[in-house]
Amino acid sequence: MSEPALRASRMGTPPSTYAIRTATSEQTESLGRRLGHLLRSGDVIALSGDLGAGKTVLTRGIAQGAGAAGYFASPTFTLVREYSGPVSIAHVDLYRLDAPRQIEDIGFDEILERDGVVVIEWAEKIRSMLPSAYLWVEIRFTDRENEREIAFIPQGSRYIAITEALVKADAHPRH
Amino acid sequence: MIVLGIETSCDETAVAVVEDGRRIRSNVVASQVQLHRRFGGVVPELASRKHVERLLPVLDESLEQAGLPLTRVEGIAVSHGPGLVGALTVGVAAAKGLALSLPRPLIGINHLEGHIYAAFLSEPEIEFPVLALIVSGAHTDLVAMSAHGSYDVLGRTRDDAAGEAFDKIARAMGLPYPGGPELDELGRQGDPTKVALPLPMPDGSLDFSFSGLKTAALLALRKANHPSDGQWAVDLAASVQHVVAKVLVNKTMAAAERARPRTVILVGGVAANSVLRARMEQACAGKGYRLVIPPPALCTDNAAMVAAAGDYRFGRGLRDDLALSAYSDLPLGRRTERLPA
Repeated sequence: MSEPALRASRMGTPPSTYAIRTATSEQTESLGRRLGHLLRSGDVIALSGDLGAGKTVLTRGIAQGAGAAGYFASPTFTLVREYSGPVSIAHVDLYRLDAPRQIEDIGFDEILERDGVVVIEWAEKIRSMLPSAYLWVEIRFTDRENEREIAFIPQGSRYIAITEALVKADAHPRH
Repeated sequence: MIVLGIETSCDETAVAVVEDGRRIRSNVVASQVQLHRRFGGVVPELASRKHVERLLPVLDESLEQAGLPLTRVEGIAVSHGPGLVGALTVGVAAAKGLALSLPRPLIGINHLEGHIYAAFLSEPEIEFPVLALIVSGAHTDLVAMSAHGSYDVLGRTRDDAAGEAFDKIARAMGLPYPGGPELDELGRQGDPTKVALPLPMPDGSLDFSFSGLKTAALLALRKANHPSDGQWAVDLAASVQHVVAKVLVNKTMAAAERARPRTVILVGGVAANSVLRARMEQACAGKGYRLVIPPPALCTDNAAMVAAAGDYRFGRGLRDDLALSAYSDLPLGRRTERLPA
């Protein structure tokens, strides 16, 4: 399948914040793959968006892009799934959690301390527990049924660089 | 043989005593009412570290109900994956401690294997080959068994589990948790053709995908002119279950063409769904497969199923040593289909 034609646009403030629209879940997954290519151990990706927006689809792409092997599925019930590869990936899903106390109970602080990439779905539930630098990603529904707007809001220079590289890769899609 | 089973793979802390792989002497799950009394309050539903607090009281309760001392236990079986590693580790550590101190043989059980053995616990005379559909909030797996301990995973979900899709749609509809039984109840008077939903993964693959169906149901809910319309919600509940049951049954029948089973086993929490049960019964009867669905208490997470699976493994002379570890993604047997790239 050819790379989807994506439109990247600079949003208002802060600088280096970009929004990319995808027309299908395949395009969302492909965007995730390109993001996954750019990641290394220690990176934290925080995903926010309504049920059905495509957080798990984007994460599947990220895991593939980072070269993760093994069985990929939603971690909603197990809370955390781990994938091994050139960099290991901890895929955290906070959907079922309501109280910050429960997040301590699943050992979230320990997950952040381990080697590898950490991808967190429903990150808005733990915004205060995130490290000082991370990539905040918001997925929104648009007026078109399958279209999504995916906003990348980097916190820290490492994530500004990732976002800029992602947008550049987006302007010159690989085949 | 008297086997003590321990299950801590997700939310439930469970300990059971099973004799000869079929006679349940006790089956205690920490969400059960009698245990709340012991704790002097309601046990928090979630929080894996709570397993540490709950495990010993649950063990005591299980031995008490079984009416035997710990020294009568002849083997220890424990779920060691898949699941939440922090949660699994609690059960594995306890099992190793018991195995070392008593001392008694130890065996690690795959949680999915445990679910399958719930069927052998309720119906000991099951004929192979077996085809099992394990369907719950965390799993949707089609597994072929040619004999005890032989597993061939033919298909599984690529995203959400069936029960997870039920729960998420139910929550969006404002229904209480867990959503599966609520949808089941609500949809009874509904028209399953009223809300058009996509049939997930209708291709030749035996894998499942429920994420797209979930999103379609949520979009339908969002677009509905009268979301508070009672009958529309009833029809949506019926439509969602119709589609989920249809794809589960169709893929089970497609897998059966390959596995040629004598017995089809339906296990996991979603096995309690009335639409799925009715459709599966009809489909299996049409093809001449015997269908076994264990009672609900053995379909949801429990430790009796772990003890039963352990008994069969001990019976084949299998043992684990104290190096036994917990694995979040412990595979069950080999997989015939290539994973999606």
